[in-house]
Amino acid sequence: MIMVDVSVIIENIDLLWGGLLMTFKLFIVALAGGLPLGIFLGLGRLSSRKWIYYPVSAYVHFIRNVPLLMLIFWIYFSLPILTGGLVEPFYAAVVSFIIFEATYFGEIIRAGYQSVSKGTIQAAYSTGLNYWQMARYILIPIALRRVVPSMITQSIVLFQDTSLAYVIGLHEFVRMASLIDNRVIRPLELYGFVAIVFLVICSIGSQIVKRLETKEGERK
Amino acid sequence: MAYQFDWSIIWSEPYFRWLIIGLIKTIEIGLLSWIIALPLGIGIGTLRSLPNKACRAIGAIYVEFFRNIPLLVQLFFWYYAIPPLLGTRISRLPNLEWYCAIFGLGIYTASRVAEHVRSGFNSVPIGQRFAALSTGLSQFQMFRYVIIPYGFRIMIPPLTTEFLTIFKNSALAMTIGILELSGISWRINEYTFHGFEATTAAIGGYLIIGLTIIFLMGQLEKRLRVPGLMRRE
Repeated sequence: MIMVDVSVIIENIDLLWGGLLMTFKLFIVALAGGLPLGIFLGLGRLSSRKWIYYPVSAYVHFIRNVPLLMLIFWIYFSLPILTGGLVEPFYAAVVSFIIFEATYFGEIIRAGYQSVSKGTIQAAYSTGLNYWQMARYILIPIALRRVVPSMITQSIVLFQDTSLAYVIGLHEFVRMASLIDNRVIRPLELYGFVAIVFLVICSIGSQIVKRLETKEGERK
Repeated sequence: MAYQFDWSIIWSEPYFRWLIIGLIKTIEIGLLSWIIALPLGIGIGTLRSLPNKACRAIGAIYVEFFRNIPLLVQLFFWYYAIPPLLGTRISRLPNLEWYCAIFGLGIYTASRVAEHVRSGFNSVPIGQRFAALSTGLSQFQMFRYVIIPYGFRIMIPPLTTEFLTIFKNSALAMTIGILELSGISWRINEYTFHGFEATTAAIGGYLIIGLTIIFLMGQLEKRLRVPGLMRRE
C-alpha cells in the first residue's frame, strides 16, 4: 500500500519556501553575472586577434568538458586558497555558476552574432562607429534579440543546475528537502514535491520558449 | 595561514589507486547508462516523428517530464523514494545505489537523446518524404530506406555531445553514495584536506575521458559522412 501523507509538506512549508527562495536567489545572481560575461566571451570567440581568440576558446572548451559538479568542488576548494579565509558555500556556488554558465551563454550569443549580416556591420562602420560603438549599438542588440528563445532554454537549465549547490551544503531547495527527510523519513512526499515544483516552473519556461519560437517562425 | 600545496598526494598510495578505481567506475556508469539511453531515446524520438497523434503525445510528455526536473532530484527520487515502496527484497538489495544511478541517468539521458533524434529526422527535407511515398514505398519502408539512413548520420554530432554529457552527468552519482571519480576526490579531501589537488586530478580524469571520445567519434564521423553534407568546422 502506498501512503502519501502531504501533512509533512504543510508542516515544513516554511523551510521548503526558504530553500526555494535561496534557489531563486542563486539563479538570479548567476544569471546577472553569467549573461554579461557570456556577451564578452561570445565577442572573444569571434575576435580576429589571436591573443584574444585562443585564450577565450581554451577557456570555453575547458569549462564545457568539466562536470559542473567538479567545478563547484574545485572552486569551493580553491577560493579559500586565494582569499586565505573561509568562504561561504553561497559565494563558491555563485562563482562556479557564473564561470560555468557564461560559457554556455557565450556560445549561444556567438551564434547570434554570426547571424547578423556582414552588410549590417559594414554599414555601421561606414557611418564612423568604432568597434565598441558598433558592438554596443548594432551587434549586441540585434544578436541578443535573435537568441532570446535559446537563452531562456539555457536559463531553465541553469535553474535546474542550481540544485547542484546541494553538494557543498548550501541550503537551497533540494538540500532543505533532504534535511527534512533526514528528520521525518518521508522521501516520497518530499522529493515528489520538489520534483513537481521544478516541473511546474520549468514547464512554464519551456512553454514560453515554444510560443516565442512559433512567433519567430510566423515573422519569417 | 597560507595553503601548503602537496601534489604528491595524487601519486601516493592509496589515493592514486582510488582515483584509478573512481575513473573506471565513472566510465562504467557512463557506458551502462548509455546502453539504456540510446535505444530508449531513439524509440521515443521516433515516436515523436510519427504521424500518429497519440504516439507524438506520449513522446512529448516523456521528454517534458524528464527534462524539466533536475537530474539530482530524479536520482534522489529513484534512490530514496521508490525502493521502500517495492518491499524489502528490493530496498535491501546490495549495490542498490549503483542500479539506481545507472537507471536514473539512463532514462534521463534518453529524453535528451530523443530530442536530437527528433530534430535529426526533422532535418530530412519534407520533399524527400513525399518523394519516397510517391514512389510507392509504405510508411515503414520510407523510414527504413530514406529517413533513417539520412537522419542518423545527421544525428551523429549532437549524439556525440550527448555521449560526452553522460560522463559529465555521471558525477551526480556521488550524491547517492557512489565513489566514482568525483566521489573519490571528495573522499580524498576528507582524508587529507587536500581537496584542491584531489579535485584537480579528478578534473584531469574527466578531460581524458572527454578528449578520448572526441577523437573516437571524429573518426566515426569521417567514415559515415554523407558526401557533400555536414562538415564540421
